[in-house]
Amino acid sequence: MTERGSIIYLEDVTVDFDGFKALRNLNFFVDYHELRVVIGPNGAGKTTLLDVISGKVKPVSGRVVFGKDTDLIPLREHEIATLGVGRKFQTPTVYTNLTVWENLDLSLRRSSKGVFATLVSTLTPAEVGKVFATMETIGLAEKAGVPAGSLSHGEKQWLEIGMVLLQDPVLLLVDEPVAGMTDQETEQTGQLLQSLADRHSIIVIEHDMEFVRQLARTVTVLHEGTVLCEGSVEKIQADPRVVEIYLGRQKEQKETSAAAH
Amino acid sequence: MSATPPSAIERALADLSSQDPAAQEASVLMLSEQGDPALLPRLEELRANADRSVRLVIKPVIDLLKNKVNLVSDDPDTRRSAATDLGTLGKPVAVPWLEAALNTESDRWVRYTIEESINLIKLASDDPATKIAAATKLGELRSQNALPALKELAQGLLASSGEGEQQGQQGLVASAASQAIERIETWGSWANAIQTVFRGISLSSILLLMALGLAIVFGLMGVINMAHGELMMLGAYATFITQECFKAYLPDTLFDYYFLVAMPCSFLVAGLFGLALEASLIRFLYGRPLETLLATWGVSLILIQAARVIFGDLTSVVAPSWLSGGAQVLVGVQLPYNRLFIIALASVCVAGIYWLLFRTGVGLRVRAVMQNRDMSACLGIPTRKVDAYTFAFGSGLAGLAGCALTLIGNVEPGLGQNYIVDSFMVVVTGGVGKLSGTIVAALGIGGLNKLLEPSFGAVYGKVLILILVILFLQRRPSGLFSIKGRHVES
Amino acid sequence: MSSPDLGESSGLSSAAEGTPDRRRAWLSESSATEGLSFWLVGFFLLVVMPLLNVLPATDSWLHVSDFTLNRFGKFLAYAILALGIDLIWGYTGILSLGHGVFFGLGAYAVGMHLMLSIGTESVYGSALPDFMVWNQVKELPLFWKPFYSFGFAVAAAILVPTLFATIFGFLAFRSRIRGVYFAIITQALALSAWLVFNRNETNLGGTNGLTDFKTILGFRLSDPGMQRTLYVLTVLSLGAAYLLCRWIIRSRTGKVLVAIRDSEQRVLFSGYSPANYKLFVFVVSAALAGLAGALYVPQVGIITPSQIGVLPSLEMVIWVAVGGRGTLAGAVIGAVGVNWARSILTNSFPDLWPFFLGGLFVAVVLLVPEGCVGLVRKLSGNWFARRAQPGQTAGGFGVGASVKRGLR
Repeated sequence: MTERGSIIYLEDVTVDFDGFKALRNLNFFVDYHELRVVIGPNGAGKTTLLDVISGKVKPVSGRVVFGKDTDLIPLREHEIATLGVGRKFQTPTVYTNLTVWENLDLSLRRSSKGVFATLVSTLTPAEVGKVFATMETIGLAEKAGVPAGSLSHGEKQWLEIGMVLLQDPVLLLVDEPVAGMTDQETEQTGQLLQSLADRHSIIVIEHDMEFVRQLARTVTVLHEGTVLCEGSVEKIQADPRVVEIYLGRQKEQKETSAAAH
Repeated sequence: MSATPPSAIERALADLSSQDPAAQEASVLMLSEQGDPALLPRLEELRANADRSVRLVIKPVIDLLKNKVNLVSDDPDTRRSAATDLGTLGKPVAVPWLEAALNTESDRWVRYTIEESINLIKLASDDPATKIAAATKLGELRSQNALPALKELAQGLLASSGEGEQQGQQGLVASAASQAIERIETWGSWANAIQTVFRGISLSSILLLMALGLAIVFGLMGVINMAHGELMMLGAYATFITQECFKAYLPDTLFDYYFLVAMPCSFLVAGLFGLALEASLIRFLYGRPLETLLATWGVSLILIQAARVIFGDLTSVVAPSWLSGGAQVLVGVQLPYNRLFIIALASVCVAGIYWLLFRTGVGLRVRAVMQNRDMSACLGIPTRKVDAYTFAFGSGLAGLAGCALTLIGNVEPGLGQNYIVDSFMVVVTGGVGKLSGTIVAALGIGGLNKLLEPSFGAVYGKVLILILVILFLQRRPSGLFSIKGRHVES
Repeated sequence: MSSPDLGESSGLSSAAEGTPDRRRAWLSESSATEGLSFWLVGFFLLVVMPLLNVLPATDSWLHVSDFTLNRFGKFLAYAILALGIDLIWGYTGILSLGHGVFFGLGAYAVGMHLMLSIGTESVYGSALPDFMVWNQVKELPLFWKPFYSFGFAVAAAILVPTLFATIFGFLAFRSRIRGVYFAIITQALALSAWLVFNRNETNLGGTNGLTDFKTILGFRLSDPGMQRTLYVLTVLSLGAAYLLCRWIIRSRTGKVLVAIRDSEQRVLFSGYSPANYKLFVFVVSAALAGLAGALYVPQVGIITPSQIGVLPSLEMVIWVAVGGRGTLAGAVIGAVGVNWARSILTNSFPDLWPFFLGGLFVAVVLLVPEGCVGLVRKLSGNWFARRAQPGQTAGGFGVGASVKRGLR
């Protein structure tokens, strides 16, 4: 894979949920080693965008190209994951009945994740080191033997981030990573994502503008399934259309809530 | 009919008991032609006192006279069966009676049967021209009853070989007969197809009645209630008990109305049981659909055994008279009233549920909880209550289905087991959250069942349907009309 | 290349506690307990039971009658089946209501061989099985012919369910049929199989099934020695099945199976194909069911469609639930316990058995979802926790251990 050009490239992608177009003719691309933040009001299609890239949702039309020329549309989720797309979900999804160590261990990038290879696979010392290092990074080194189900919400978020990191993805998809985190944790997460951007391409979906400003890279604004505008945080915040959709929405909401009373 | 002196009749009656076969035959002929129903009591008396050979001689006379009387009865069904019997007896004396009856008859299907019988009798005549006319007419009538006689005639003619003119005549009769056969058989296959479609719709509506309750509960709570079949059984036994109460405490004239009382009763009994089941079991297993499935299966085992202990193995419900018999819509196509009733009931239920779900406030709440439970709870909808009442309603529908099933089968403890796996398949194939899926799946599975039955047999038809459903789920793993979107999978 | 400890139980070997030695001590202690009970129970079943059958006089209180031994053989065959169901339901969280079919395929395969071994000893004195004579089948159907060979029959008993499960599982899991959907589809499978086996024209004995077996490999089945041999064979198979399952669940594949139960989505996005793992565990459990069926038939002497239909398939799941799902010992205990209770209850109060069974379904699911083993562990876990020094359980280790135990 050459490290030039885009890591992910979506062209004219349309997603249809029973007549509701979650994405309409979306064009979107992210370069290698880029940290991109995607914002937009509810229902703008942010999570659907990640679903399309990770293979969870198949578009009715358009192209999704990974790296130089890998078409993602015919591939299944696990195949896309094996290519090097990691995904962190909005609500933490970890294996509650397995320990932190086992959670991380299963996520490690391996040459084969087939049934029989896994049946006899063992850990190399290098891999053990990797898992330890990741546990340090996410601050769960003290809880290796604890089942993930008994972790706090923030810890689960971190654990999932650790799991995705151990997959060693080329492209990292992160859906609202700081939801439910304390200010301090939020800042730590921001720093972590910043540091990761050296080695990975990252797409972050976020609502928290404070956090967006902290990441301070290119921002894409989605609205009703298409890209409204793209640019730096300052440029975005100055754009009247962005103000319109956010403020307009608030106005609408006020009206509806007033009507309901 | 010329008046015959009474003495001649007396002599004929006496001759009937004589040992001389010729005299017997003559008097039989004479009495038949006379056709006086007033003689019936005397003939009956004679028969009662005579020996076996004489009884055999008298019987056709009695049959003829009885049917002649019945031919002018007030009840169309009696008239019709009399006409059929006269046709089967095949005595030419009956032709004028039938023709007379035809002139005054107004009921379409009685007229049809009378014509059929006249021509059946004529078909057996010796005159080739009459034969040809009769065969042609029977073909026009598409008479299924005439098929054996016509085939016999055609084959008989093929086998025998006459000479000259006789042979020419025979050829004409044979061709008329085979034309009629062809016509009747073509119609027969159409009639069969219509019957198959009807049977398919009938089975579909049974499945639909059962699956509706299941599907609503499944859509709302993600729970498959394995005791659903036993709730049906409860409904069936409620019907049975209502019937017994009517028998024991109310006059016979009211008996026919028991079914109208049984329907709400069975709905209530099963519904209340469902309410209790929800309160004591289901609600503790919320969010654990597989566990619910196992626990409700346990309940079903207990209910079956309880029914067996209380009611024994087999009890039957007598369908009210207004639901027995059937409506003849075309030649060879009769639609039983009980099946028609079930189809109507299923349609009413579907319409009622649509009305409840989409036109009432309660329905709005149910749909809201179905789509987003947490949000509904936040908006102040009592989701627990919605669950409980919906479960009770679904159970009540099962009871109603059970009540309807008594019309077409026995009431037995294993009643619910017969169709239950099929109705689970309907729910699974239909998908979650949309009633239209359940309806289409019920029609599809019911229809396919009856379509495949003739060529594959009931068992292999079922196996084939399982395979088809699995293949179908390859394309749509969460059923026909599942709601697409990103909320569904989690 | 790597340390075997890490490979075997990765989660426990971390240095999270700071004292890996203590962890390893706990691990070996737990292994030792499990290993010890395995060998003790094995010794009892394999050596003590048959000896008590042979040595003491028949009127001695120590004597284990031929009937009891034979009955236990049947229970232990069921236990093999239960292990398979535990793998797929207890560990992977997939409820299959069609395992009776796989059991039945195994049982019928061996049953067909035994049927052919009867030879001309049958009621009608024909080389054909009695039911074929009765159904006026003149010639042995082609698919029966290979079953003259004992080896073929035993191989078929395992391979036919395996193959069948592979096809069915492939279609089901590929299209992501799961949860309640999978349960219903497998139940329909059980119903279909029951219907097909019931038919006379499939030449499998119809409603009456296969029975009246006389010999196996030339030995009389009625001979107590033969029954003892079959019993010992069943115990050995059970032991082997137990070790196989234990190996699987302790491997990383086993962890993936548990992971699928917890969050299939995460497994998918970690690069594993859940469909393949599900198919694997489904096929393994089907093969175990087939083995169980193969061992069941010569000991019980009859196999009919009523033993493989919808209800038996559901009952098998309940054995596992009663014993304790997600624990291999639980599956064995449940299978033996429930069937023992059944043979006692159906003898003395035949009318009560359905009530008991139904009540068991409800009670286990509602009150003791972890089953007997889970209950015992919970109680003893509390006891241990009270005895343990508070300092030692810091870092959540105590919690981890008890939940881990609940899983094993």
